[in-house]
Amino acid sequence: MSQTKFSTHPAADKVYYIISGFILTFILIAVSYPLIYVLSASFSSGNAVSSGQVLLWPVDFSLEGYEAVFKNKDIVRAYGNTFLYTALGTLVNVTVVMTCAYALSRPGLKGRGGFMFLFTFTMFFSGGLIPFYILMKDLHLINTMWVMVLPGALSVYNMIIARTFIQSSIPGELIEATSIDGCSDARFFFSFVLPLSKAVIAVITLFSAVGHWNAYFNALMYLNDRTLYPLQIILREILIMNQVDVSMIMDPELQVAKAQAAAVLKYSLIVVATVPILCVYPFIQKYFVKGVMIGSLKG
Amino acid sequence: MDSDLAAADRQPENHPLRTEKWERFQSLKKYWDLYLIMLPGLAYFIIFKYVPMGGIVVAFQDFSAFAGIRGSEWVGLTHFKNMFTDSEFYTVFKNTLLISLYKLIWGFPGPIILALMLNEVRHMLYKRGVQTLVYLPHFLSWVIIGGILINVLSPATGIVNQFLGMLGLEPIFFLGSQEWFRTVLVVSDIWKEAGWGAIIYLAALASIDPQIYEAAVVDGAGKWKQLLHVTLPSLIGTIVILFVLRLGSVLDVGFEQIFVLYNPLVYNVADVIETYVYRTGITQGQFSFTTAVGLFKSVISLILVVLANKAARKLGQDSLW
Repeated sequence: MSQTKFSTHPAADKVYYIISGFILTFILIAVSYPLIYVLSASFSSGNAVSSGQVLLWPVDFSLEGYEAVFKNKDIVRAYGNTFLYTALGTLVNVTVVMTCAYALSRPGLKGRGGFMFLFTFTMFFSGGLIPFYILMKDLHLINTMWVMVLPGALSVYNMIIARTFIQSSIPGELIEATSIDGCSDARFFFSFVLPLSKAVIAVITLFSAVGHWNAYFNALMYLNDRTLYPLQIILREILIMNQVDVSMIMDPELQVAKAQAAAVLKYSLIVVATVPILCVYPFIQKYFVKGVMIGSLKG
Repeated sequence: MDSDLAAADRQPENHPLRTEKWERFQSLKKYWDLYLIMLPGLAYFIIFKYVPMGGIVVAFQDFSAFAGIRGSEWVGLTHFKNMFTDSEFYTVFKNTLLISLYKLIWGFPGPIILALMLNEVRHMLYKRGVQTLVYLPHFLSWVIIGGILINVLSPATGIVNQFLGMLGLEPIFFLGSQEWFRTVLVVSDIWKEAGWGAIIYLAALASIDPQIYEAAVVDGAGKWKQLLHVTLPSLIGTIVILFVLRLGSVLDVGFEQIFVLYNPLVYNVADVIETYVYRTGITQGQFSFTTAVGLFKSVISLILVVLANKAARKLGQDSLW
């Protein structure tokens, strides 16, 4: 772009660039500082954190926070639970979303409009919290792992993304041609639709995986068995409600150290709980624009 | 379509009623596996979405968990009457509207400004870096962000209050102060979601024809004039549709965020419909009353969405349906 070369208002343009650069830098600092701070604090010693010495970089480098995290049985178990719920929940999500999207993408399906209305209507109207709670109770899902997996099995939004994708990227002629060769609809789904929809499957997998990883509302509502708690509930106990299980530290001489250890533990815990998201983040990022844009198209 | 034609070809008589029935049967026979494939999704919707909708009748009952929906006594509109005479409900409703309004006023322009700034960055690597960073908070849970906020805003050790201390100011207990709590909600919401929201505007900006800018430059327009006469007019469609749709969800103020951050000190200014329903419904067991409150919210939301969609259509924009 050689716009500036022609510009007749060099001074005004300069102001423009300075203001825009200034705002962007401010945003950059505002977003990154808390994240850097958490990371630095997690690698500092308890003493440095609780006395407020950590400003930008780790002070008095130590791994005691991480040690405390991995020694805490609740955290380790909850971590495992969350992995299980995420894997299972994502599998269910992707299966249900793709099958449903495929069926609804086929013009041959009678009553397509009716089904679509039935599905999209639930995006804008729901029974609400209490009727859902009563249902979970009646289905005996309370205090089972399934309450973390089943209730969110089909996101209408994801289904619309997938349906739009299938409709626009798999030509109708292909279906006709294969059906003349005797290929059934079910077989077409497995042999053509799934392989051709890799991009959208990736989007849905990653989005629902992140969703399950971060899910805590259902756990809050429907689980009260500690052994089933996912990570987010334990995080809430420790980070928000300040219930660090200090009874694990038996030595009375460590009374002061306890409070300090608790402070670092929180930061380390935030890092540990976020690492899986950071791991999939580069992969999701590739699909951001695609996902958001397809989703904004008409359903 | 062609299946219908094929069906009509094979159909010997052309009696209208028979044709229709026959066609439907043929289509069911031909596409039975499609219906089978859709079955899990359909079952999910019926069980997890439509059955709870039937559960709304609880709002008109005096629900008792022992008697169940069938055995509970019907009380008509009693709960709705109680709701409208309950002063706590008014506080909650007011908070919902206020917090939502603040988030709209302060939060809505955020992504637009961010997208405009990002669009000016010519250094691709820097741009990618900034984008990667500002999208990230969207993927962190509110529990995590709440944890960060509590530590960063802590009156004793938090970094924000340390800065205030350096400036010679008194420490502020942000999360326990009725004046500051809503500000924290709005700012943290912007921090988490502004980057993500910018994506759609960036896409709209990328689709502006560069020739328009070149023409503007030839006509002597500087950066400000370009922004005012080229960029903003090109964005206005996207802005209007997103604004209207946002109005449709004005009662959804974000349960998780408020639930994570609020505490009895700030219930007065922070309790919204969703948190109120959770607290009085689930933890205090007033099932019927809170179902009525939830229903009130759902109905208003539905009306708002329909109106918003109509408005978007009227403005000549893409609508939801």
